[in-house]
Amino acid sequence: MGLDGQGLATDAATVQVIATIIKFVIIFILCMQVPPLMVWVERRAPALMQRRKGPNRVGIGKWRLYGLMQSLADAIKLIFKEEVVPEGANRAFYHIAPIFAVFPAFLIACAIPYGHTMQLFGYTIPLSIVDIDVGFLFIFAFSSLAVYGVTLAGWASNSKYSLLGALRASAQMISYEIPLGLSLIPIVLIFGTLDLNQIVVAQSAWIWKWGVIKAPISFLIFLICMFAETNRAPFDLAEGESELVAGFHTEFNSAKFAAFFLAEYVSMFILSLLAATIFFGGWQIPFVPYHALLVVTGGLTWLASLIGFVVLILKACFFMFLYVWVRWTLPRFRYDQLMSLGWKFMLPLGLANVFITAVVVAAIQFG
Amino acid sequence: MNPYLPVLIVLLFGIFLGGVFSALAAFVNRRRITDSVKLEPFECGVPAIGERDKMSVKFYLTAILFILFDIETVFLYLWAMTFKELGWFGISEVFVFLVILVAGYVYVVKRGALEWD
Repeated sequence: MGLDGQGLATDAATVQVIATIIKFVIIFILCMQVPPLMVWVERRAPALMQRRKGPNRVGIGKWRLYGLMQSLADAIKLIFKEEVVPEGANRAFYHIAPIFAVFPAFLIACAIPYGHTMQLFGYTIPLSIVDIDVGFLFIFAFSSLAVYGVTLAGWASNSKYSLLGALRASAQMISYEIPLGLSLIPIVLIFGTLDLNQIVVAQSAWIWKWGVIKAPISFLIFLICMFAETNRAPFDLAEGESELVAGFHTEFNSAKFAAFFLAEYVSMFILSLLAATIFFGGWQIPFVPYHALLVVTGGLTWLASLIGFVVLILKACFFMFLYVWVRWTLPRFRYDQLMSLGWKFMLPLGLANVFITAVVVAAIQFG
Repeated sequence: MNPYLPVLIVLLFGIFLGGVFSALAAFVNRRRITDSVKLEPFECGVPAIGERDKMSVKFYLTAILFILFDIETVFLYLWAMTFKELGWFGISEVFVFLVILVAGYVYVVKRGALEWD
């Protein structure tokens, strides 16, 4: 009996490990599709906005696919480019920098709940890769690591443009990390947990229970910080083509440049997923509660989870499009404007938001 | 299973992936570049002048202020987690904490530490 119990326990643990690996592979493949697709969207969408055609030639054989294969062609071209390590570069850091740029994005991807816990072959499988109860802290801890990639890349390149770009980018990223942290405290106060899965469950399918309705100021701050943290327009001073060539990755080429590109788009995608998870009900379908969805799918939890997963991706896609939309709508900030927005507007607003939310929540809960 | 085991697996995989990207160029294109002009850091096509390592002291200030305010944020998370148990007492304590924090913030602003010119 005891032996049997032990056997079952190890069996369940093995299943969990295998499930973890499968989940990670799926998320990894998903994340790897984001940069090529986004590059395509980022060429086609402004083309539409400016009444141009954009890339529309490269396809497979006679199918042009609206130029969808252009990104693939670019990626292949990029990998076969020769590598030029500039003279006087700090070689060790030059080679390490892309690694530091890539791995934090994938780590944050692990903490996001991609769907409701599902039953498959008699096993209960949670749909986040890392099932921990301090999801928020996990995300903050690893999103801060992205600064190292930028700083190392800029410093190791032995180029003035790279160094200036890196300094600007790192100062900007750490400055906006404070309002980002402050913007999520009201969410913790309202839902009473740091566990992202519980936050999604608490938001339910009813729109008026979603984070964006309960904490609109938080969402505003989070949205602005999203753009600033990923160095995207209108906060793309780190790149500032007209003044800094390309910023911290000026001296990077071939596959290393591709790594920075990948990291940028994956972290954009992860932040979009986070915004959807925290403020827009995650995998919840508006007005269709999970138990109603189960009835529709005939009690199949894996199908319901899959639908939830697709809904979450669609919500994230909206934010991905918002990135492109804003980029082609707003002009770039000046650096002093950027810093004073972060320190003199967002920080006090974030603090006030935390305190006012606390008082309101307390007045409702404790009377 | 320890819930942090997947973190380790993903961390190692992420480092491996970055390493692949970093090493790929060396394997795919083995040409060695000997042209010294090509190896120069980018300088708009003119000979490089000046030093690289000089930078504005403002960036250090920003970093120091970041550490201070980020730690305050982490403290607020602890309070947010025990919000229900502490009740109004917790809120009054946090109010005092925020007042002291804002006093420091006002000092920083008045001294012009956040001015960029």
